[in-house]
Amino acid sequence: MSLPKVDTPEAALVGHADDNLVLAHRLGEWISKAPELELDIALGNFALDHLGVARALYQHVGTAEGKTEGEYAMSRTDRDFRNLLLVEQPNGDFAETIVRQFFVDSYQLQLWPDLAGSDDDVVAGIAAKAFKEAQYHHRFSHGWMLRMAGGTEESRQRAQSALDHLWRFTGEIFEGDAAIYRDGWDGLVDVMLGETGLTKPEDPYQKSGGRVGYHTEHLGYLLTEMQWMQRTYPGLEW
Amino acid sequence: MTYDVPVAPGESAELEERFETEREAWPMWEVFVRARRGISHVHIGSLHAADAETALQNARDVYTRRGEGVSVWVVPSEEIHAFEPEDAVDYVDANEKVYRHATAYDIPDEVGHM
Repeated sequence: MSLPKVDTPEAALVGHADDNLVLAHRLGEWISKAPELELDIALGNFALDHLGVARALYQHVGTAEGKTEGEYAMSRTDRDFRNLLLVEQPNGDFAETIVRQFFVDSYQLQLWPDLAGSDDDVVAGIAAKAFKEAQYHHRFSHGWMLRMAGGTEESRQRAQSALDHLWRFTGEIFEGDAAIYRDGWDGLVDVMLGETGLTKPEDPYQKSGGRVGYHTEHLGYLLTEMQWMQRTYPGLEW
Repeated sequence: MTYDVPVAPGESAELEERFETEREAWPMWEVFVRARRGISHVHIGSLHAADAETALQNARDVYTRRGEGVSVWVVPSEEIHAFEPEDAVDYVDANEKVYRHATAYDIPDEVGHM
């Protein structure tokens, strides 16, 4: 099948919704498995925050495209998803999850204020609310970067490893129109690096493709889990 | 039945020892919350956290999931001092101390209502 258009405002919004839906699914995988009970609840809350943003965006785009939010989430294949490769990466250990979250939060702190100025009132409203949540998330993820870097030798090693591993997925964030967010994001990352003493990875290799439907193998497994019930029992409702 | 617990270098495999070490690092805090329309803080539960800042953050995540506009206090549990339940019998026995209430005394009519 042909790839849907990628340069329309609707496509961009679907990409943002996909970012949040996939990340919500990943964070939800921590439920009952987090290192502490309070972290279990925190990560679950963040998952719900991201899911709320995704749903609001799907509903809004859905009215223009004649689709339900369920169709976006449950009926598309990986080739139709427009999320960043970063959010589909496996949770890994707690450090990887925190670094991934920190990268996303730093990005969303640039994205949502920008969209809050949109001519589309619905999008502006969604973005304004999401911005408050992103501030809260960033406080959490930034705080944990400090704690991991300043904790034990092991936590510091894991934090640095996570940085090194996920760095290759950060370039994609700023492709196309999103290039305007680069400076703000770099600023937040540099502040964190300065406070923690962690080193910025030097490898310039960057992966790309998520925004046009070319994903890492991880998205396939994620969607299989997420969509299984709807695909096995089409039209199933609670 | 035994199974291998994954152990980091320097850690003990004994469950009791590991648990104690982690609990020392994350002491318990009591959480008090005042709802937006409330007039006083109410004890709502407890949680574990390493310091005051994370205790506040955890309290917000754990205990204020469904309401914003609240005031949250966190206090290390060991800082809460209280009477033991058995002490309460001597401490509060107001019903038998009528002489602590003004109604136990006759007032001359000339004084009027006090």
